Amino acid sequence: MSPLTYIFGLPLLAAGLMVLIPRNFRFLIRLLALLATFASMVIAVGVFCKFDNGLAGREFQFQEQLDWVPSLGLGYHVGVDGINLGLIVMGAMVAFAATCVSRRIARREKEYYILLMLMAGGILGAFASLDLFCFYFFHELALVPTFIMIGVWGRGEQKNYAAYQITLYLSIGALLVLIGLLALYLQLPPGGRTFDIATITQYFKAHTMNGNAARWIFPMLLFGFGILVSLWPFHTWAPAGYGSAPTATAMLHAGVIKKFGLYGLIRIALPLMPDEAQKWIYILAILCLGNILYCGLVAMRQRNLNLLIGNSSVAHMGFAFLGIASLSTIGITGTVMIMVAHGLLAALTFALSGYLADETKTLDMDQMGGLLRRLPFIGTVMIMAMLAGCGLPGFASFPGEAMVLFGSWSQFAMVSGLAIWGALVIAGVYMLRAIRDIWHGEKQWLEISDAPNLWRKLPYGLLLASLLLLGCFPRLLTDGIEVSVVPVVRMASGMRLVPPPRPKVHEHAPRLRQPSETPTP
Amino acid sequence: MNLSLIVPEMSVVGLALAILLIDLWTPAPSKPRLGWLAVGGLALILCATFAQPIAGDPVSGFSGLFVCDGLGIFFKRLFVGAAILVLLLGIESAEGFPMGIAEFYALVLLALAGMMFCAGVNDFMLLFVAVELLTITFYVLVSFQRARADCLEAGVKYLIMGALSTAFLVFGMALLFAASNTTNFSVLSRASATLAHDKLFWLGLALVLVGLSFKIAAFPMQMWAPDVYQGAPTPVTAYLAFASKAAGFVLLLRVLFVAAPYVARQWETLLMVAAGITILYGNLCAIPQRNLKRLLGYSSIAHAGYMLLGIAALSRDGASAIVYYLAGYLFTLGAAFVVICLAGRESGDISALAGLNKRSPVLAAAMATAMVSLAGIPPLAGFAGKFLLLRAVVEHAATNPAYYGLAFIALAGIVISLYYYFGIIRAVYWGDEAADPTPIPISPAMKFSLAVCLLGMFYLGLFPNVAVVAAEEAVQALSF
Repeated sequence: MSPLTYIFGLPLLAAGLMVLIPRNFRFLIRLLALLATFASMVIAVGVFCKFDNGLAGREFQFQEQLDWVPSLGLGYHVGVDGINLGLIVMGAMVAFAATCVSRRIARREKEYYILLMLMAGGILGAFASLDLFCFYFFHELALVPTFIMIGVWGRGEQKNYAAYQITLYLSIGALLVLIGLLALYLQLPPGGRTFDIATITQYFKAHTMNGNAARWIFPMLLFGFGILVSLWPFHTWAPAGYGSAPTATAMLHAGVIKKFGLYGLIRIALPLMPDEAQKWIYILAILCLGNILYCGLVAMRQRNLNLLIGNSSVAHMGFAFLGIASLSTIGITGTVMIMVAHGLLAALTFALSGYLADETKTLDMDQMGGLLRRLPFIGTVMIMAMLAGCGLPGFASFPGEAMVLFGSWSQFAMVSGLAIWGALVIAGVYMLRAIRDIWHGEKQWLEISDAPNLWRKLPYGLLLASLLLLGCFPRLLTDGIEVSVVPVVRMASGMRLVPPPRPKVHEHAPRLRQPSETPTP
Repeated sequence: MNLSLIVPEMSVVGLALAILLIDLWTPAPSKPRLGWLAVGGLALILCATFAQPIAGDPVSGFSGLFVCDGLGIFFKRLFVGAAILVLLLGIESAEGFPMGIAEFYALVLLALAGMMFCAGVNDFMLLFVAVELLTITFYVLVSFQRARADCLEAGVKYLIMGALSTAFLVFGMALLFAASNTTNFSVLSRASATLAHDKLFWLGLALVLVGLSFKIAAFPMQMWAPDVYQGAPTPVTAYLAFASKAAGFVLLLRVLFVAAPYVARQWETLLMVAAGITILYGNLCAIPQRNLKRLLGYSSIAHAGYMLLGIAALSRDGASAIVYYLAGYLFTLGAAFVVICLAGRESGDISALAGLNKRSPVLAAAMATAMVSLAGIPPLAGFAGKFLLLRAVVEHAATNPAYYGLAFIALAGIVISLYYYFGIIRAVYWGDEAADPTPIPISPAMKFSLAVCLLGMFYLGLFPNVAVVAAEEAVQALSF
């Protein structure tokens, strides 16, 4: 069996075993969850180390393929290339960290850990799947756990509203995607119909899709996936949902599950419908400005820490969309890099804000202040994470955002300019203000305590270390991503590699006379 | 005459008569135990139906009145399974039927016989007899708790609407006979190409469809469902919600795709409109409901709409999707009604489920699973069914883009339905505190039914292959 099966199978198996454990065995249940996610993280890191960048552009590695419903062309097919490798490792890490920080859950632990394992296993399975049906199927496993977790263990007055909002929005997005994927599947000739991504990609490499159908399918996938990633103006579910969700749910959702839509766009929508992709990228570029500027400005006004982080995470998604809109190798490589970096970052910030909420019993920044004296470790990590959120070099977000801006500059100079402004100025303002309001100040706190030992510090340290490692050595990921992105970009730009746009100076330079040109009298 | 064809049906009738007879010599306190006799008999019949392969050749008998093919066998299995569940629910709530529990069992069996005949109908005469056997039995079953006013009210409503729809059905059949001079489906299908432009035939078929839409609770005869579901005794509601609807669908499939495939092909728009309105009506009306059984009544209208998508798709894929969907629907509703029977016994209000998670975590999980499956979310049977139905609709959209619109209506319906299904999950897990915090005892029979329903939901959702192949073989009898 492929190690990928274990990566998402272990959490799901743990969920199944927990059903059988009596609810009084709290320690056993938590231990099982920790073991499953830790093992899946170790296996994911192992896959990352064994991954061969040289093969990445040509084939999927660690593949496993089984029949599921042959008459419909459904199969179980997993595999990795550079695009989903980083996502799987990041997802497994976040899942482990989310399980670690759940120790304060004090009621209905059994249900909690079952649902958490379902969420984690589901999304890891979605990233590992190379079959459209499994891809969708695994993603949807997270929907019900999200609803119940926000409702039962969530916080805040608005939690019921937020639970419904996030559920309904996500299912609208998911159902649009489902219809789009079905329509895509039905574009294949009868008899050869399959949901296998590799086969579909091969088919559309050789055949162009019926333009009429593509005109329907592409926007369905774009907006379906877009809703799942909180594309402006369909983003309102995200900050509200994360604000009310329990820490682990917010970490997994903002960090990992939200990347599903971006992954789907890169893996499916762009390469299969190049003509439509080239039409829609202009609209996507405008909408992503909505994410970066509008949500950034909204984040500036927030006084609730979770809402601030939630809005800033929506704003970061704008960069990911901008990279996709650039349709260039460097831009999409940057997008994948941002997906991994932001996953770690969002999970880290939500974990820390969850710690603060548990200690101070509030998330209102007006009531915080002066916390750094009592929480040196948590405070340091949080300040570093917030600086990473402003795109400070040395953290993994920086190379991603830089690559996206390099990629988009030639096509959308105006948008890129505004995006840089949004990233540097707006993000800087709200992050620095938050640092000031939470950590500095005169207020004295007595009741609260810092993470006492290595074990409690582990989840935060793990996520921060990965952010720093990828920030200092981005090529650990980008080498693999780039070779896998090249075929996607080649297909998305209609098989012909667009020559790089010539620098402006050449247009004014005297033209060389071609030998075939007839001289004008 | 080929009596061997109707052995399962006749043994069900015989079982019903035997129970009525044994009842005469049974002392009152042990009468509820007669239900076990019925369950045992049905279990044997269920096993016997598995001896007949679905892929076998169709055999018809009684001068072409009755046919025994894959579709019939598949549906008979579903019906017998549903009847076993209803009988178990009936045994569980036997004290709710102070008089005539044995008659209750016998009526359930007689209704089952009616449905099993529906599954093999090949002639409008037999169709009418089977439908009446089913409907008249249900008139009695719906109003079985004579002491309760709302139960009687439900019975009267069902009676009036049922009589009205029967009138449509008979009138339609008379017009069809006038147009074609035959009532046999096989003869009609041979003449279908010439009849396809006969306006009298069209009118007759349209009226028959109206009559059948009563059975499946679809537009235009859907308005009885919420009242009757709410008032009827819980086991009867379960029977109505599943088995009676399935019988309606097998009749619809046979009438449209055996008797009149040419006309059906011209009725794309009509079928689309019926499906779309049914989906929207059921889902929109379900939003404000506070009574669980009433809510399931509206949701059953919505589900009739989803299944009509498969008919509107006018393809073999659509028909097999309906068959598959019904199999999943049986297990899903089974689990939901077991929970309602145990937890919401008195009022049936959603508040009766409040704090169910504390009273019985097993029932809470089962209810949540059933709602998730009804909402059509992986990895449960409901998702696979909706996936197949949507696939059939989107497939047909290649020839008629209006079907994309229908798919979007279905999508809107599914999103709306999430709201009220998740409302039930919310009541179960973090609604108000329970008024009565005592744990709910679950009898072994209910534990068994719950386990079977849950396993069925997961099996059909995770390993759909066997059921999909069976459904595809079952619809070989239809022509498109």
